[in-house]
Amino acid sequence: MKNRLATILLAVVALTTASVTTTAFAQGKQAQLVAAQSELSFTSKQMGVPVDGKFKRFDAQLSFDPKQPETGKVAFSIDLTSVTLGAPELEAELAKVGWFDSKKTPQASFASTAIKPAGPGRFEVAGKLTIKGLTRDIVVPISLAQTGAMSTATGGFVLKRLEFKIGDGEWADTSMVANDVQVKFKLSFTGLAPL
Amino acid sequence: MQRITPTASPASRYGAVAIAFHWLLAIAIIVAFSVGFYMSELPFSPGRLKLYNYHKWAGVTILALSALRLLWRLAHRPPADLPMPVWQAKAAHLTHGLLYALFFAVPLAGWAYSSAAGFPIVWFGVLPLPDFVPQDKALAETLKELHGWLAYGLAALVLVHIAGALKHHLIEKDGLLLRMLPTRR
Repeated sequence: MKNRLATILLAVVALTTASVTTTAFAQGKQAQLVAAQSELSFTSKQMGVPVDGKFKRFDAQLSFDPKQPETGKVAFSIDLTSVTLGAPELEAELAKVGWFDSKKTPQASFASTAIKPAGPGRFEVAGKLTIKGLTRDIVVPISLAQTGAMSTATGGFVLKRLEFKIGDGEWADTSMVANDVQVKFKLSFTGLAPL
Repeated sequence: MQRITPTASPASRYGAVAIAFHWLLAIAIIVAFSVGFYMSELPFSPGRLKLYNYHKWAGVTILALSALRLLWRLAHRPPADLPMPVWQAKAAHLTHGLLYALFFAVPLAGWAYSSAAGFPIVWFGVLPLPDFVPQDKALAETLKELHGWLAYGLAALVLVHIAGALKHHLIEKDGLLLRMLPTRR
């Protein structure tokens, strides 16, 4: 009896795994993010002083053929609680309601709406960025480089922090903390079709 | 007929530039010290961030003015010592020497602390200053302590300096303090 149950369970697990794998293959070109070789950082300015920060945890789902960029799709999620700024007091501050409010909205996300080619190895990714439940349209230029099985997308954009109510209330004064935050990323993928 | 002025002759007084440096820096140092003492206890807030930056800008300004003041001092002899016991003259000169050393050491330690902590100084929010130490948390902690203790040392020496000047003025009544006061014409 026990044996039979185990067999059934095993069969169910095997079937589920198979179907998940098949789905992934059916979509094709689903690339895998190599987290250890990816970086997401930003630089804000406090009274003219550049302060660098990084996110340790983020994930990307990429289904993209460089030869047919228009059909591609990128989805990106960022764990806002994984931010590091090199100073614990700043990290504690950033988690608060006026900044990331990361207890209530721990995730920020980006979903592409259109990808356009912009020269050799270059693309323009338009999409919707959502932070603290506020969604804004952004366009992110990226360049793609490939070495062996690894594809690396680099790029950056300027985020207007007040559009997402990051640094609300007493911190809204842009002479203290500039509205422009430079965001930079380097994302490494395996399984992407060649350029 | 030559007029004899009741005040001391020019050679027995500090020059106008030396007097201006003295009082300007006296005020700047007292304000920077007080702000530094106060701000370190504040919780994280825009006010604290402002004070930290004002303090850093003031510190760098004090450093720059002290460099100019030292050059001026080296090129212009101060008035001769008033008659006093040798040990007192020596103590006064030692205090002056240490004060000058700390005019440089305190802001430099603060600057280095800023760099090590990863918050480089941008003078008046406009001019980024170079980092002469690497970004390093342990080093930042050491430099923070050092900056604090040097500042307390400077404060103690300022008190000794003021006490000496007041003793000359109130007890010896020898006019020493008047040599550093602006003249009225």
